[in-house]
Amino acid sequence: MVRIAVAGLGKMGISHLSILKAHIDVDVVSVCDTAQYLLDILNKNTGVNVHSDFSRMLDEASPAAVVLATPSAHHYEMATTALDRGISVFCEKPLTLAPDQSAELAALARSREVMHQVGYHYRFTSTFREVKRLIEADAIGQITHVLAEAYGPVVLRPKGSTWRSRRSTGGGCLYDYAAHPINLLNWYFGMPAHVGGTSIGKVFSRDTDDEVYSTLYYDRPAGLTAQLSVNWCDESQRKMTTKLTLWGTRGRISADRQEVQAYLREPCGTLPDYQQGWNMRSTTHLAAPVSFYLRGEEYSAQLDHFVAAVAGRRPGGESCFESATQTDRVIAMLLADDSCDRRPDATAAKGVSRFFAKAPVPFFSRQA
Amino acid sequence: MRAKLDRLLFGDNQFFGVNHMSEDKARAQAMRFRDAAAVMEVLDAALDAGVRTFMCTTHDRISAICDRMRANPERYKEFTFYPSMPYAHKYANAVTEEGMLGALRRFLPDEGRFSAILRGGMAVARKDLEGMAAPLMDAEMKMFRGLSTPVIFLQNIVVDLLLGLGAKQAFRIFADQVRDRYHAEPGFITMNMPRLLPVLEEVGIDNPIICANINKLGFRMSGGLEANERVLRSGRFRAIAMSVFASGAIPPEEAIKWVCGQPNIAAIVFGASRGANIRHTCELVNRYWPAAGQERRALSAGTV
Repeated sequence: MVRIAVAGLGKMGISHLSILKAHIDVDVVSVCDTAQYLLDILNKNTGVNVHSDFSRMLDEASPAAVVLATPSAHHYEMATTALDRGISVFCEKPLTLAPDQSAELAALARSREVMHQVGYHYRFTSTFREVKRLIEADAIGQITHVLAEAYGPVVLRPKGSTWRSRRSTGGGCLYDYAAHPINLLNWYFGMPAHVGGTSIGKVFSRDTDDEVYSTLYYDRPAGLTAQLSVNWCDESQRKMTTKLTLWGTRGRISADRQEVQAYLREPCGTLPDYQQGWNMRSTTHLAAPVSFYLRGEEYSAQLDHFVAAVAGRRPGGESCFESATQTDRVIAMLLADDSCDRRPDATAAKGVSRFFAKAPVPFFSRQA
Repeated sequence: MRAKLDRLLFGDNQFFGVNHMSEDKARAQAMRFRDAAAVMEVLDAALDAGVRTFMCTTHDRISAICDRMRANPERYKEFTFYPSMPYAHKYANAVTEEGMLGALRRFLPDEGRFSAILRGGMAVARKDLEGMAAPLMDAEMKMFRGLSTPVIFLQNIVVDLLLGLGAKQAFRIFADQVRDRYHAEPGFITMNMPRLLPVLEEVGIDNPIICANINKLGFRMSGGLEANERVLRSGRFRAIAMSVFASGAIPPEEAIKWVCGQPNIAAIVFGASRGANIRHTCELVNRYWPAAGQERRALSAGTV
């Protein structure tokens, strides 16, 4: 049994807690949050141990691993606290709000020889994994362009009062939505050499961004460009929809969470299951069953990957801190390139420093 | 009370742009069903084919359907709803917008006791949870006033979240509330059927109605086909098979033939966008599940 603690009982934290409590190889030793009423309800109705102080939880419950699902601005300090004690960390995305801090965490995790993973669940979504397989098999030849999109109905009116509605605490379309397609691009192609034409704009939010558009330029593959188009004020979407379209010299692939559509101009020797012309694969055929399902196979699959790695049963390493650091670096590049301050109603969003001048209050030292 | 389940129930995914195979198809359906009239046309086709139960999410748009049915009681006197609550996206969006505390405040009545609990000033007892559940359920059920709702389901994200957390008594609270407040029978939708059954039994919900994915592909049948088949064989619950076509991944005849061959299936819930598809599914069920056919023919002839 792997002893795991969960910190942060928001949407993602409760979802992770449910999946972990149902996992046959996991013993959830404690949960931690600043909201006493939530701890109270959980403790009385599920019997789980609760703590309102993170460091104390780590000392008293002695977990082998911790899941961090707290507001993003607290990730760095909490991850450091856990890693310093030799505890493996699964952290929600983004890893931190400053890429140098992410790199520091990655180095710390390596030096402590513990497992580290970030909740970029699309890497465990069957369709996006299939795209990875197709790219590695050279199915569509040299890839020249990718359109990476994410749309959803999160902010539909000018209000909001949580950490998610302020960029300084890690809220906003860039950190919350755009991080996902950026992370998929990192997974497939690594780091872009530079970015250009970035526009990080507001639609309804006062203190953060609602839409992100940019072009990413790659040296490898030579000449590859990617366009990022992300907007979380789109009510026409029932929920978050992430879509990638890739053009290559020998075909085209498009993929979302449900389906892969691949057009191959010629058969590919290493992919006997794909034919010339159109090929469709849907999640109903691609998704491997999970032992416990909540909201999507990918959420269980990513935690399963982490748990197996901590238990030493499988190597792990997917969506590690280094890979998440790449995503944080691209986000910083976009913020530096952002030209949306040309808009009359936009506040200047140049550079990262402006938003992080004031350090956030540590999560575990706040009072409930 | 024990509701008698029709063996063929009509689902609502197609009306709200839910399709597990294709976003394009989902969007095309969402466009086609943008008006209540388009939804009614399909429900009418279902009713004319003898499918008189509509298992639907408590989505805001269902209230327009309810209005139309109340306006024509003669036509819809046999029609029943199996509501499935809550419409989870509504709550998930509220949590994103206002946080967990803000969302609870928005949906719960502004009474001293609730606000004391949320401030952390008061311990939460079981009767408080019941007290919280009641206004939330009333809000979801309001649209069905005056219509028949013999079975009320707890929707799968909530069921599976609670199941994973181990909040077993919540199922009992839901079941008791459904029986006491709406004089209906509780049902549970899940993606984890083999795990849910023993938990429901443990809290005293015997022979429960469980709606779960049951399809030849094993699509979203968590725990594996074998574990699912084992609990089906046990016969300790009334199984409603959903996703029998796996969103179109299994050809209709193959799908229906397989599911009708499974033991102890009480009902099949299916979605369709056109009358011809509804009639085709009814024909297949008549062929592979003859007892169900007799029941529906009798209904069409007005003898039930």
